[in-house]
Amino acid sequence: MKAAEFDYVKAKSLDEICLFLSQQAGEARIIAGGQTLVPLMAMRMARPNTLIDINDVEELKGIEITKKSVIIKACTRQSEVLESVDVRRSLPILSDALSHVGHTQTRNRGTVGGSLVNADPSAEISLIARLLDAEMTVHSVRGERVIKAANFFSSAMITNLDADECLTQVCFPIWSSVRTGFGFHETSIRASDYALASAAAQLSLDSSGQCRSISIVIGGATEIPTRISETEEQLMGSDLSDTEIKTAMEKIPEMLEPQADVHADADYRRRVACVLVGRALKDARERAKGSLV
Amino acid sequence: MSCHKVSLTVNGAKYAENAEARMTLVDFLRDVLDLTGTHVGCEHGVCGACSVIFDGKPIRSCLIYAVMADGHDVITVEGLEEDDGSLSPLQDAFWENHAMQCGYCTPGMLIATHQLLQENPSPSESEIRDAIGGNLCRCTGYQQIVEAVQMAAKKIKDNCV
Ligand SMILES: Cc1cc2nc3c(=O)[nH]c(=O)nc-3n(C[C@H](O)[C@H](O)[C@H](O)COP(=O)(O)OP(=O)(O)OC[C@H]3O[C@@H](n4cnc5c(N)ncnc54)[C@H](O)[C@@H]3O)c2cc1C
Ligand code: FES
Ligand code: FES
Repeated sequence: MKAAEFDYVKAKSLDEICLFLSQQAGEARIIAGGQTLVPLMAMRMARPNTLIDINDVEELKGIEITKKSVIIKACTRQSEVLESVDVRRSLPILSDALSHVGHTQTRNRGTVGGSLVNADPSAEISLIARLLDAEMTVHSVRGERVIKAANFFSSAMITNLDADECLTQVCFPIWSSVRTGFGFHETSIRASDYALASAAAQLSLDSSGQCRSISIVIGGATEIPTRISETEEQLMGSDLSDTEIKTAMEKIPEMLEPQADVHADADYRRRVACVLVGRALKDARERAKGSLV
Repeated sequence: MSCHKVSLTVNGAKYAENAEARMTLVDFLRDVLDLTGTHVGCEHGVCGACSVIFDGKPIRSCLIYAVMADGHDVITVEGLEEDDGSLSPLQDAFWENHAMQCGYCTPGMLIATHQLLQENPSPSESEIRDAIGGNLCRCTGYQQIVEAVQMAAKKIKDNCV
């Protein structure tokens, strides 16, 4: 199908985006990569009066890496981040996760910010944002605010962004401990399709091999990326042996209420999510020990 | 509704035409510029038939409005032929290997694999399958397409030495 009629404006600066949004809050929509919005408009599930094209706004593009964080401007293409050698060195879990976001052709247009605001339950970038409790910076004519990932996603395809706000960047913290490891796993119908379920874990060990910090998150099988804090708490201070991991994961199935669709029923998603958490935790442990690269 | 002047380069030639904001790039290429080599299948980003090279990278032309391509550079399947108008080694290999039946997916497959060979002249089978992972073919079962790309890679390499 074809999109309904709309007006189109090309923004030249962040100030201009904010001004357009404030003048037409609720009626106008930002278009970044268009990889989700254009299909939604073709199916008439979205019908904005005006599209504000942010693709020419240079201040919304680029990657900045410091010792403490990887900052990605909202309108940076997913392929640019995936190809960045510096990102792979500083935050390999993000590169790993990005290789599962759609296909080369959608990553060449799709942006990091667009994926976060779209808040698809299966989105890999959102999963990593929640895992590391990334900080989202948003702008409007009213000013700037920073939203932690824990408060950014509200339900499937919905964020806590106001209609007049533009996401400008996301800041992923880097864990300082050298004995830090990550794991990421997902299951989908075809390679690079949306995940039926996904899991990511990051942990660090002290010199005696005990778990000193840990974060575990599930996606796809939940409305929004969800931290599994009970399991995290149980594993804190442990040696992360296979048995300890298995015991700590026992409660996960009852915590999940996955949606069912033509691709998979709720039970399948629940079971797969648990298996994926186990794999992610074991990979993270081995990487932290230096026995897996 | 807004109407816009779209000036862009397609296969090296400059064009400037008007387009309604809601016109996708693939409709602009086919219906306004009469470049019907690029196919349109699903119109929502899942089949890959509409793939074109945009500023040097493959994208789906049904997922970008023509007005957003203003000032940019596009290469379509028509732009893959040799300077004398003959088939490129890749196109020829598709022909030799029966890498198409109905041909609906072919322009997208050619764009995806052309780009692959530009970036990686000797791809493995799994790299080829990964490159066409976003392109659906309902006829061939993909095997002949993979073989065509392998033959093209070999031909291009043999011609270079
Ligand atoms: C075939 C296919 C497969 C895909 N597979 C996956 C997958 O496996 N995993 C995955 O995560 N995604 C997948 N996607 C979606 C893809 O990653 C999109 O790129 C992403 O969801 C949206 O990013 P975008 O830049 O294209 O945003 P757009 O489509 O332009 O916008 C999406 C939404 O975000 C809003 N928005 C965009 N930027 C901003 C901003 N800076 N501030 C405020 N609002 C903003 C828009 O108004 C819109 O509501 C797939 C898409 C396709 C077509
Ligand atoms: S027509 Fe564009 S992806 Fe199917
Ligand atoms: S040849 Fe018919 S869809 Fe590929």
